[in-house]
Amino acid sequence: MTHITRRNLGILLGAASATLAMPAYLRAQTKPRVVVIGGGAGGATAARYIAKDSEGAIDVTLIDASENFTTCFFSNLVVGGYRDMASITHNWDKLQANFGIKKITAMAKSIDPAAKTVTLADGTAVPYDRLVVSPGIDIMYDSVPGYSQEAAEIAPHAWKAGPQTELLKAKLDALTDGQNIVMIAPPNPYRCPPGPYERISMFAHVLKTKGFTNSKIFVIDPKDKFSKQALFQEGWTKHYGNMVEWMGPEVHGGVKNVDVAAGKVETDLDTFEGALLNIIPAQKAGVIARDSGLADEKGFCPIDPASMKSMKNDAIYVIGDASIAGDMPKSGFSANSQAKIAAMNIRGELTGAKVFPAKYANTCWSLIETNDGVKVGGTYEPKDGKITGVSNFVSQVGEDAALRKTTYEESIGWYAGITADMFG
Amino acid sequence: MKRLRFNRFSFKGNHTVPKGTGVELTRRRLLPVAVAMLAIPFASLSLAASLDDPVFKPCAGCHEIGPGAKHKIGPHLDAILGRKAGSIDGFKYSKAMKDAGEGGLAWDEKALDEYIAKPRDFIPGNRMSYRGMEKAEARAELVKWIVEKGKAEASPADLPETIVANAAPREFADAVLAIEGDKEFGQYLGGDCVTCHQMTGHADGIPSIVGLPKEYFVRALLEYKTNVRNNEVMKLRVVNLANEEIAALAAYFSSLEPK
Repeated sequence: MTHITRRNLGILLGAASATLAMPAYLRAQTKPRVVVIGGGAGGATAARYIAKDSEGAIDVTLIDASENFTTCFFSNLVVGGYRDMASITHNWDKLQANFGIKKITAMAKSIDPAAKTVTLADGTAVPYDRLVVSPGIDIMYDSVPGYSQEAAEIAPHAWKAGPQTELLKAKLDALTDGQNIVMIAPPNPYRCPPGPYERISMFAHVLKTKGFTNSKIFVIDPKDKFSKQALFQEGWTKHYGNMVEWMGPEVHGGVKNVDVAAGKVETDLDTFEGALLNIIPAQKAGVIARDSGLADEKGFCPIDPASMKSMKNDAIYVIGDASIAGDMPKSGFSANSQAKIAAMNIRGELTGAKVFPAKYANTCWSLIETNDGVKVGGTYEPKDGKITGVSNFVSQVGEDAALRKTTYEESIGWYAGITADMFG
Repeated sequence: MKRLRFNRFSFKGNHTVPKGTGVELTRRRLLPVAVAMLAIPFASLSLAASLDDPVFKPCAGCHEIGPGAKHKIGPHLDAILGRKAGSIDGFKYSKAMKDAGEGGLAWDEKALDEYIAKPRDFIPGNRMSYRGMEKAEARAELVKWIVEKGKAEASPADLPETIVANAAPREFADAVLAIEGDKEFGQYLGGDCVTCHQMTGHADGIPSIVGLPKEYFVRALLEYKTNVRNNEVMKLRVVNLANEEIAALAAYFSSLEPK
C-alpha cells in the first residue's frame, strides 16, 4: 500500500514533469556524443575506454583519415630489421565490432566550437557534446633550412610511421660500405625523446651486420644533451666502435643548409655528406588543433593537468603529442595514459561516472643492439598547475647482458599490451 | 588514528615470537618497518629450499612446489602426477587449459615433458609465459624433480601460515588484505597496469595478472615496494601506492577471469 504524503507527492509530480520533459530531449539527442579526432595511442585508447566503460551510454565516433594505423613506436625496429611493417600495422575493426564505436575514414578539417561540430573534408558536420583532439604532431619542414615536404621524399624524416618508414629502410638497405649517414636530430619538444638515438642504433646495427667498416653515422643535434644519453653513448661505443659520431650545437655550431639532392648538410663546423640523410625537423601540434585555437604561440595545446581538458575550450580535451603535458614526454605510452584520464573525466561529465584523482605514467624502452634494451619511466600527478613528475627511473650504464635482454623482451610484451589496449 | 597491532609473527613449524614483543604499527610506518624486517634472514624452510633448487629455477618465478606450496602466477605443482589439466579449485586457468583437461589431458611425465618443451604449441592459448625448454635432458631432469618434490603430501593451496622465502612478511600483506578493496577504484588504477599486462590474460613477455589470487597479488606488490622484487617499471608503479590502492587493485584484478 502506498501512502501519498505531501512530501512524496512532490517527488511524484517532479518525476511526472521530468517524464514529460524527457521525450523531447530524447528525440533531440538520444545519447551524449563523443567525437575523437585521431586514432593513435591517444585517440584509439580514449574512444575505446569511453565506449567500453560507459557500456553503450555514450555514442562514440572516431575520425581518422586512414584505414590502417602504423605505430610510430617500434617503427625503429622495422628500420633495424627486427620487425616488418605488417607487425606494426593495426586497424580499428575490433573497436567497431566490440564496442560499437563508429569509425569515419576522413580528414577532420575544422572544428566549430560554437556549433560543437567537426567538419570533414567533404563538408559533412559531425556533432559532439565532448570532443577529444588527438592529432599527434605536424612536421615543421621549414625549421631546417633547405628542407621541405618534397625533400622528404629524398631525405625522409620518418617521424610519422608508414611510407616514410619504408623509404628510410629502403635507403638504409641500399647503402654500400663507405657511404655515410647524416641525421639531423629535432629540437625539444618533440615526439619520442629517445627515438632519434634508438634509430641511430638501428642504423649502426644494420651496417655492422653487413660487415661495413668504412661507413660513418653523423648526428647533428640542436640539443646539447638528450634522453638516455649515457646509455646510448655507452652502447654505441661498445657495439659499434667509432661508427657513430654525435655532435651537439657547441661542436657543429648550427645547420646552415641542407641539400638533399647532393646529400649534403652544411653546418658552421663543416659540410657533412651522406648517401642517406635522415632529417627530423621541429614539430608542432597537428594542424587541426592549431587552426582551432587550441594551441599556444609555441604550437602545442595547454590542458588542465587534472583532466586533460583544453584550457581554451570547455567541451574539448586534447591528449597525446599535441598537448602540453608538463613533465611527461611525448610518447605513445603517455598518450595512452592521458587518454584514460580524459575518458574518465568525459564519462564523469556526460553520465555522472565517478572521477578519481588523475595519475599518469610513462615508460619508454629503446633497443641499442640485439637483446640490448634500456628503459626510462616516470609517474606523474597534477601539481603546481602542470603535470608534474612524482617518481622516475632509468636503466643504468654497465648493466649485465641478461638484464638488458629481459628489458628488450619486456618491451615486446609492452607492445602487445598497449596495442591490445588501443585496438583490442 | 587507526592502529594496526601486530603481536604475532609465526613461522611455519610453530616457531612463534613470544607474545608481548609485538610492534605497534601505524599504516604510515608500515613500509619502513617492512623494509627493516626483510633484512632479518628467514628460517630455513623446506619449501624455500625447494624453490631455490637450480633445477626448478625456470619455474620458480611463477610456481611453488613442496609442503605449503601455494598458487602464484601459476598453480602450485604438488601431486601433479595424474592430475587432470586445469583442475585445481581456486586457480583461474585459461579456457585453453580447462578445455585440455576436459578433453582428457592428465599430467604424466610424457605430457609434462611435451608441455615444458614448447608450452604454446602443446596447449595453444594457455597462459603460461614460458618460451620452452629445448634440451631433452634438462627437461627430463626437471620433470623427474617436479614429480619427486610434488609427491610429498598434497598441501592445501591456502595453508594460512606459510611464509614463502623472500616474501614480504605476512603481517604486512595481512594489513593490506584487511582492507576491503574498492573494485571501481582498482579498475581506474588498473588502467595503468593494462597498458602492459593484457586484460585477456594473454602473456607475450609480460606476465598475466588477470585473475591472480588476491593474497599473491598483494604480496607481490609489497615485494616490489620492499625491493625483494627488482623490476624497475614495477617498483616505480608501486612505490607511491597506498595500502588502500594496493587493496583496490587486488580486489579488481582477482575478480577478473582470463579469456
